[in-house]
Amino acid sequence: MSEKQGGPGGPSGDNSFEERLRAARARQGLDQAPPDAGKEPGDLGPSPLGIGLRVGVELVSALVVAVAIGYWLDRWLHTSPAFLIVFVFLGGAAGVLNVWRVFAPRH
Amino acid sequence: MASESGGSIDAMGQFKLTTAFGEPGASVYFTQSNVMMLVACVLILGTLVIGMRRRAMVPGRLQSLAELAYTGVLGMCENTIGHGGRKFFPFVFTLFAFILLGNLLGVFPLFFTFTSHIAVTLALTVLVFVMTTVVGIWMHGFHFFSYFVPQGVPKVLLPLLVPIEILSYLSRLISLSVRLFANMMAGHVMLEVFGAFVVMLGAAGLVGWLPAAVSLGVNVLLIGFEFLVAVLQAYVFAILTCIYLHDAVHLH
Repeated sequence: MSEKQGGPGGPSGDNSFEERLRAARARQGLDQAPPDAGKEPGDLGPSPLGIGLRVGVELVSALVVAVAIGYWLDRWLHTSPAFLIVFVFLGGAAGVLNVWRVFAPRH
Repeated sequence: MASESGGSIDAMGQFKLTTAFGEPGASVYFTQSNVMMLVACVLILGTLVIGMRRRAMVPGRLQSLAELAYTGVLGMCENTIGHGGRKFFPFVFTLFAFILLGNLLGVFPLFFTFTSHIAVTLALTVLVFVMTTVVGIWMHGFHFFSYFVPQGVPKVLLPLLVPIEILSYLSRLISLSVRLFANMMAGHVMLEVFGAFVVMLGAAGLVGWLPAAVSLGVNVLLIGFEFLVAVLQAYVFAILTCIYLHDAVHLH
């Protein structure tokens, strides 16, 4: 038995033990990267509900700001609905940009 | 918390503002929300001043609490804002403590949650927004506006991308305030609804007693969850403030 596991003294034995330990841990799924390795500090945590809420708030808030700006520009310049249409698209893009900022891989 | 009227669930009644301190309070619209703000301020100051009075080498309970809050927020400032983050510690700590106490006090019965009003959270967010913008302009001058110009893109796309960046920057106002307000309000509406279930089902006789007991159990769980949300949302607000300050100080 001790023959099989390799001598504790020899460097080759240590290596093979480390290798087999790593293989065993990988098999059991113990060696996954810690879940918050690439996490932004402002993250709501790994729960799907938290992520969903975060994404929803980011998407909607950009759209709300854009629609408000477009609406008031139209009211001011009497160009309804030109600015509203433009700003809805810009706001959607800004919302996607917000979401990308939150979940982009960090270097 | 339970305010039944005619058998229907009045989930929003708990957020209604009433004036406090009788006639003088009513004349200046001093509401129970303001009372809770004062209570929060007194509790924060009391914890910090009384807790740190003895300055013991081995801290007692109150001193531990004060030191934990202090070092926690200080670490958050230094790690997130980076170089020069210590300067903003008083601002971030004040915000964090005020929101934390506002959230936590609201969980207790008969107490009002002042962070469940968009007016309060939006005011706090405007403060953060103006602060970060002023800090950015103050530290970088006109160069601050290069924050809105993404690097490494063709010049042709800039007229499209700069408005998007500005909208993304402005949307912080909404996302930061709505996140705190919606979390606090949703939790309290849930508590109210399940609390009303307990009363209504309990009054329905033997058939309703089991569902009423289940609703009561759900409410117990929700209270625990509310404490989690209260601390988490105060933390999220503070850390996002730090991230925005980091953006203003370093411009990426």
